[in-house]
Amino acid sequence: MAVVEVTNLQKHYGATTAVDDVTFSVAGGEVFAFLGPNGAGKSTTIGVLCTLVRPTSGSAVVAGYDVVRSPGDVRARIGIVFQETTLDKQLTAEENLRFHAVLYHVPRSQRRKRVADALELVGLADRARDLVAEFSGGMARRLEIARGLLHSPQVLFLDEPTIGLDPQTRTTMWEGIMRMRRETGVTVFLTTHYMDEADVADRIGIIDRGRIIALGTPAQMRAAAGSETVELECTDRSGAAAALQAAGYASSEQAGRLVVPVQNAEQAMPRLIAAVGGQVLSARIKEPTLDDAFLHYTGREIRDQAAEGRAGLPAGWRNR
Amino acid sequence: MTAQLSGRTEAAPTPARSSAFGFGTIGMIWERELIRYLRTPSRIVTSLAQPLLFLFVLGYGIGSFIGAGSGIDFHTFVFPGVVAMTVASTAISSAISVVWDREFGFLREMLVAPISRTALVCGKAAGGATIATAQGTLMLVFAPLVGVRLTFPTVLAVIGIEALMAIALTAFGVSLASRITRMEGFQVVMQLVLLPMIFLSGALFPLNGLPWWLAVLTRINPLTYAVAPLRDVIFRVQNFPASVLERFPTDVTIFGFALPTWAELAITAAFASVFFLLAVKTLSRAS
Repeated sequence: MAVVEVTNLQKHYGATTAVDDVTFSVAGGEVFAFLGPNGAGKSTTIGVLCTLVRPTSGSAVVAGYDVVRSPGDVRARIGIVFQETTLDKQLTAEENLRFHAVLYHVPRSQRRKRVADALELVGLADRARDLVAEFSGGMARRLEIARGLLHSPQVLFLDEPTIGLDPQTRTTMWEGIMRMRRETGVTVFLTTHYMDEADVADRIGIIDRGRIIALGTPAQMRAAAGSETVELECTDRSGAAAALQAAGYASSEQAGRLVVPVQNAEQAMPRLIAAVGGQVLSARIKEPTLDDAFLHYTGREIRDQAAEGRAGLPAGWRNR
Repeated sequence: MTAQLSGRTEAAPTPARSSAFGFGTIGMIWERELIRYLRTPSRIVTSLAQPLLFLFVLGYGIGSFIGAGSGIDFHTFVFPGVVAMTVASTAISSAISVVWDREFGFLREMLVAPISRTALVCGKAAGGATIATAQGTLMLVFAPLVGVRLTFPTVLAVIGIEALMAIALTAFGVSLASRITRMEGFQVVMQLVLLPMIFLSGALFPLNGLPWWLAVLTRINPLTYAVAPLRDVIFRVQNFPASVLERFPTDVTIFGFALPTWAELAITAAFASVFFLLAVKTLSRAS
């Protein structure tokens, strides 16, 4: 069942069109990522879904309620982590969560336990009585995510949740988000312009200039961007190319390597090496990335891609 | 890790009420204001500094200039005004915390919560009014130093007037702050709104015998109608000779008609309601 249902959504600011006829839906329990460069309309869309931005036309239903007609009902059922921090730094971690629990009408009898559990979940239980002012950026973010989940929302909105964090903090944060998703079954709706973050999602919507230009699983996206390739480094490239040709594989030369597009690279690699014979010095498999997918769909690289953000993400955290 | 947040599969724990007007919410916003206030003792000291400067430094300076001919010490005259000034500046500066909340993002946390704007303003006003009333009452400690006599009923009456005045001014401050989107705006408000309000309220000089334009300005100033009752209840227990009370009437006169204290309080309450509605309205637009 769809928890987020967006139909022909449009948002104009004067003559500018921020969101241009967007339609999509997010199923319950799904992790859905909005991928796009800054200014693509991600934040405006999330603003509409969180009842903060009034759409020009079209409709958006979140957790069963229309965002324009019943904003209060929507707000009670969603958790939001904004791009910029919205904690009170003069309060302690525990006070921030308690404040939130009251604002979201968590029954008094459950408050203490929920707050303690939430702090435990993000590994801040021992910092409960510390002022948020003393927290690092990563800790503050974790606290915000704990806060966003405190009232058991049906959907957790994360608007660029890891912006401004160092790679290591981003990794631990994502592990946290994924663990919480597992444990609470909450639907996660996030926006990002980091490819590797989008890669952990069940489904991705690529948004550019206010329009959704592609919608699918990360695997589907990559598949659409092109096939897998095996790259071979050989002593005699032209000889090897001829041998591959004879075995029925087309190849091209790129940067001193033979590049062979194949259906299933892991199975094809031994056969290719066998076909070429003893000339192979090294071989590697290359799968199309989401970067390739983005390039494929939009015809250009993602703008202002932050270089530092792409480093240091271990492969393991993707296998949630 | 054994901790677990109850998932949405559990019986829905979130009440379906939309924009609930809860006393719990108001209480929490009130509590937050107090926590923040008590956590910055420097704020308590600074908001006492200016009134004390007016009371003692200006009090002695102007007092010696005026001389003893009036039959009343300038300290005694200005004391209720300085209390009012403390309440006003504390109320407005604590209401202005909305600007800080906006700057540091916390306002958003409150605006996206499923609570009504009315509850939000109620909490803010209650918090600001509590702090301002406490701060104003703290000033009463200095009464014996300037020869002002206080009785228990007087103190109670003063606290009551302070509270009403504080609510009006906090609501006024919130409605201003909701329009301010930058930090610099805060200074503008303090200098261009608060100071003139204090100067034109009768806190520092008597309101009779003013040039007409000054008289008009003082009569449209909401603070005027809170300063007068405050001075009235304090003057009542000072055993002044009749000549003094005649020379320094505590009632605001409009078109030659002296308003009774209850009317002044009613006007303050009316201002409080108007500012309150204004604050709710501007805060609703702020989202």
